[in-house]
Amino acid sequence: MRLEYFQLIDRIVDLSLADRKISTEATVPTDSTIFEGHFPGYPLMPGVLLIEAMAQTSGWLVVAANRFERMAFLAAVKGAKFRTFVTPGQVMAVTAQLAHDGSGYAITEANIAIDGKPVCDATLTLRVLNFPNEEMKVKMRETAARVGFPSEALVNA
Amino acid sequence: MSSTFDTIANIIAETCDIPRDSITPESHAINDLGIDSLDFLDIAFAIDKAFGIKLPLEQWTQEVNDGKATTEQYFVLNNLAARIDELVAAKGA
Repeated sequence: MRLEYFQLIDRIVDLSLADRKISTEATVPTDSTIFEGHFPGYPLMPGVLLIEAMAQTSGWLVVAANRFERMAFLAAVKGAKFRTFVTPGQVMAVTAQLAHDGSGYAITEANIAIDGKPVCDATLTLRVLNFPNEEMKVKMRETAARVGFPSEALVNA
Repeated sequence: MSSTFDTIANIIAETCDIPRDSITPESHAINDLGIDSLDFLDIAFAIDKAFGIKLPLEQWTQEVNDGKATTEQYFVLNNLAARIDELVAAKGA
């Protein structure tokens, strides 16, 4: 997890467009200035960042479903529940299921688990738009390579 | 069996917390009911599910932006109901 770059996902573990599902992994850093404030003497991963991890995971799924021709932007979060604390060093398993592929938007059901135990879940709405510029499209491809985006998932779909 | 309009009106009332009796076939979803684009995504999702279709929101928006259609054609509710009926019929054809 590169919190300073707001890149919460370390790697894509599995992606199946046939099943409309993605799994990613994100390890909470042991050291970050965020924990100096949240909270002093009792470091916890902020809930908003757990949502962001689910949003980024959902985003990779939607971008993949659109074959890197369109970008996903978080638009709404519903029913978010934080079931337990997440602390520095823990490895989060993040999954997202594409619940609906609409015209210009997508709905995902996302959740995070640690050691098989549910940590949080939410229903996310993402707007699906054309990339605003070519640079962003290229950068997304570069980031995809960094997180191990499985290009074969696009071929086999 | 409820009409297409009734189904839409019920969805809007529930999704946007708008009194059901204030929603009429002549209501414009944006101008009269004050539904914004984000709330309309929730409505579109519910409509897609209820009718088993995919409202072509992007196509409609493009047509409006290009001056080829008016918002009334798609967002006045009796017109929206007619478009949905067309989509349902096309799906079954």
